[in-house]
Amino acid sequence: MIFAFAESRGTSLRKAAFEAISAARELGDDVHALVVGPSGIAASAQELGAYGAKKVFVCEHAGFAQYNPEATAALLAERVKVGGYRAVVFVSTAQGRDLAPRVAAKLGAAFAPDVTSVATSGDEIVVTHPVYSGKAIAALVLNGAPAVIAARPSTFQPARTDGASPSVETIAPVGDPSASRVVVTELKIGGGGKLDVSEAAIVVSGGRGLKGPEHFNLVEDLAASFGNAAVGASRAVVDAGWRPHSDQVGQTGKVVSPDLYVAVGISGAIQHLAGMRTAKTIVAINRDKDAPIFKVADYGIVGDAFEIVPALAAAVREARRSG
Amino acid sequence: MKIAVCIKRVPDTETRIKVAGTKIDETGVKFIANPYDEFAVEAALQLKQKSGGEIVAISLGPDSAQETIRTALAMGADRGVHLKTDGQPYDTLSVAQALAVELKGYDLILLGKMAIDDYNHAMAPALAEILGLPCVSAVTALTIDGAKGTAEREVEGGTEVLSFPLPAVISTDKGLNKPRLPTLPGIMAAKKKPMESKPAALGAARVTVRSLALPPERPAGRIIGEGAAAVPELIRLLQTEAKVL
Amino acid sequence: MENLDFYAVDTSLSEEERAVRDSVRRFVDERVLPIIGHCYVEGRFPKELIPEMGALGLFGANLPEDYGCAGLNNVAYGLIMQELERGDSGVRSFASVQGSLVMYPIFAFGSEEQKRRYLPLMATGEVIGCFGLTEPDFGSNPAGMITTAKEQGDGSYVINGAKMWITNGSTAHVAIIWAKIGTDQDSIRGFLVPTDSRGFSAKDQKGKLSLRASDTSEIVLQDVCVPKGNLLPKSGGLKSPLMCLTQARYGISWGALGAAMACFEEATSYAKQRVMFDRPIGGFQLQQHRLAEMLTEIVKAQLLVLHLGRLKDAGTYTPQQVSLAKRNNVNMATDIAREARRLLGANGILAEYASMRHMENLESVYTYEGTHDVHTLILGQAITGLNAFN
Repeated sequence: MIFAFAESRGTSLRKAAFEAISAARELGDDVHALVVGPSGIAASAQELGAYGAKKVFVCEHAGFAQYNPEATAALLAERVKVGGYRAVVFVSTAQGRDLAPRVAAKLGAAFAPDVTSVATSGDEIVVTHPVYSGKAIAALVLNGAPAVIAARPSTFQPARTDGASPSVETIAPVGDPSASRVVVTELKIGGGGKLDVSEAAIVVSGGRGLKGPEHFNLVEDLAASFGNAAVGASRAVVDAGWRPHSDQVGQTGKVVSPDLYVAVGISGAIQHLAGMRTAKTIVAINRDKDAPIFKVADYGIVGDAFEIVPALAAAVREARRSG
Repeated sequence: MKIAVCIKRVPDTETRIKVAGTKIDETGVKFIANPYDEFAVEAALQLKQKSGGEIVAISLGPDSAQETIRTALAMGADRGVHLKTDGQPYDTLSVAQALAVELKGYDLILLGKMAIDDYNHAMAPALAEILGLPCVSAVTALTIDGAKGTAEREVEGGTEVLSFPLPAVISTDKGLNKPRLPTLPGIMAAKKKPMESKPAALGAARVTVRSLALPPERPAGRIIGEGAAAVPELIRLLQTEAKVL
Repeated sequence: MENLDFYAVDTSLSEEERAVRDSVRRFVDERVLPIIGHCYVEGRFPKELIPEMGALGLFGANLPEDYGCAGLNNVAYGLIMQELERGDSGVRSFASVQGSLVMYPIFAFGSEEQKRRYLPLMATGEVIGCFGLTEPDFGSNPAGMITTAKEQGDGSYVINGAKMWITNGSTAHVAIIWAKIGTDQDSIRGFLVPTDSRGFSAKDQKGKLSLRASDTSEIVLQDVCVPKGNLLPKSGGLKSPLMCLTQARYGISWGALGAAMACFEEATSYAKQRVMFDRPIGGFQLQQHRLAEMLTEIVKAQLLVLHLGRLKDAGTYTPQQVSLAKRNNVNMATDIAREARRLLGANGILAEYASMRHMENLESVYTYEGTHDVHTLILGQAITGLNAFN
């Protein structure tokens, strides 16, 4: 049996909840999930079943209105010990990165975060995990049960199953969640600090093809549509003074390895490519079909950026909204 | 205020990586203090400047870890503790247990949210569990007021604001501060600051590295269409094939 | 870049020396490189960096901690100059002047009171100095200087003369002026002249095509009065300013190496990326020849200055050894900069690339602190015992 943590915010499930179940199903069919939240979270149990959970534990308590690391970790650990699960699966979101190690420490378990593949090999669980800024991939063997695994976000895609409704069990928290020492007093949505290009999972960069600094708002909007994306720039536009040097991606700027790199109006000079060629997926938008960037891009769209980018931003927003 | 900062010696990610078995080939590789740990050292120095106290820099690793401790001393930490191991152990919990032995009696334990070699993002919460202390990870803002603290951390689509009591374990993220460079007088002074070295009491390791491989070569890409009409197909590919959306 | 330590020179450096080098390198990468191209084109020295350089401990770094300095050894001092000049020769010149040509003479020839008054403030960069030796008609032959300092009845001095090519001249708070109290070169003495003294004026020299990110000034001293306490008491004869120059030349040998490294790094990077005729130009034989020559000269220069630094620390080095290093390292650096510029093709003439800026700067470095030819004659005399100067 595999245990999956279904991350939620308020009374809604996060995409990571389904990704955790998908990752857990790589290890076995009998996946149980746990979701915690304020009153009303119980309604999400059915949806977890639709994505592969055979059983869902629900814990509703006002103390889970915001992320409550101590109470959640305590509950998870107790559930896993009681249930005798083979593995506990999270997703390495901001919450998962904080929560999973606590659970692993409580269980004294083998622990691997940010995992890109999961497999069993006899008694062993073997996972892969990118290291050295993605320059190498480590294959790790996790010994003992339970093992604690956190999947890299956006790696294990949620998949609807046509299984029966999950059995749902309401459980009580361990101790009093309101007595946790670490308290989230506020969740500020939107705004926040500017994401650095070298750190963001998604980077949208603009180049000379945008014709002027005033058009960079297209790139900014596309980045915003992805949520947590940073805005990058080619050297040409930094030198022209359109964007700050800190945004520059390239050999004399920053070398980035995001999951997705979108190059808008960038021709793809070698100097720029040196800065982003290790991105997992590269998308290029350029009006010149012979631009060198298309040789490196996984997906290219030829055409007018002023037409394509707004359409893309709208489509991304729609896709994320329904995700 | 008694502050402990945990720092790790890591390869500079500018370096090209060559794999040698289950490790990287270290010839010609430049080693640096983990940049995320530098935010922790800087945070400690700023707190000390404000309220006084002592900063202890701790590193676990082979003898070369002492160089990294001396970088923290050169920045302004007061003394160093080196927990000696053969090579750099991989298992987070095993290392956390060894660190925990050294970390009793501190008001604040600071470290980077992750190391740029193993990318595990796990030490602070694991350490906190072992020590039975509150923990906030990946903070981008931090204020300490007597025996209480507040912090901010980035989450998807927003920022969490948290409060916590001291003593606590905090891990630091980029944006928290701008770490000062070790000054040249600081580098000279670091040589004279106390440094203790003792064997690390590692816990059992449950994770082992079976292999290390270079990532596969980039496959050739393709132009999927023209104009805004190609956007739906791009979305589809990003969702199903590339799995980034 | 692994290539830059092709002969594993790092293994011959102590941990502190490497830590010093790394700190200065980071400073240059983060604070100098982003702005220096613009400063060079605009023709201005980035004065705003002075407090940070002071805080880092870059000024007079090999002078004792007792005077607020870092107390580093001479190899570490050399590494500082190397890293600063990887950034720009103008930035390194500022530090050379402040450290070797202003703080050093105060340290070597000043009274205790003068040392205590000036050195700590110069270490932080709060007080900036300049070195006034060269005159409009006396460059390679400083012995012939005509600036005079006439002693007055009360022990003060009145100084008259003009100095030229003075780095930091217009920003300095105090000038170390070398003047004759008598008629011959044995009468040369050093004076601390506050630049706000009546009769003292400094004007920037315009129209420079080299060392543009540096203040280079003419100084005129017209009946400038300085009290007795401003004479550097232990200065005596031409030997005194020459000792200062030896200090600076030592640093410059390392600095030129830094400029060469920067150009080599830029050329190599470019050669690996720039595609022409369907492959990176680094794969063509002529470019590989360029790069191989560059690397060879850099390695030789590295080993040269490292050994020289160890000799200096042991107290046994000679000015002639410094002449050999300055002459060799600057000359090879000018060649490397030029070849790097050529490898970069058309892009190489743009200020966004460093090589041409280094190339232009190095022409000044070739000429100042003893021209290449002067050092040739110093070596010639050391070898043969025969004076070919006149």
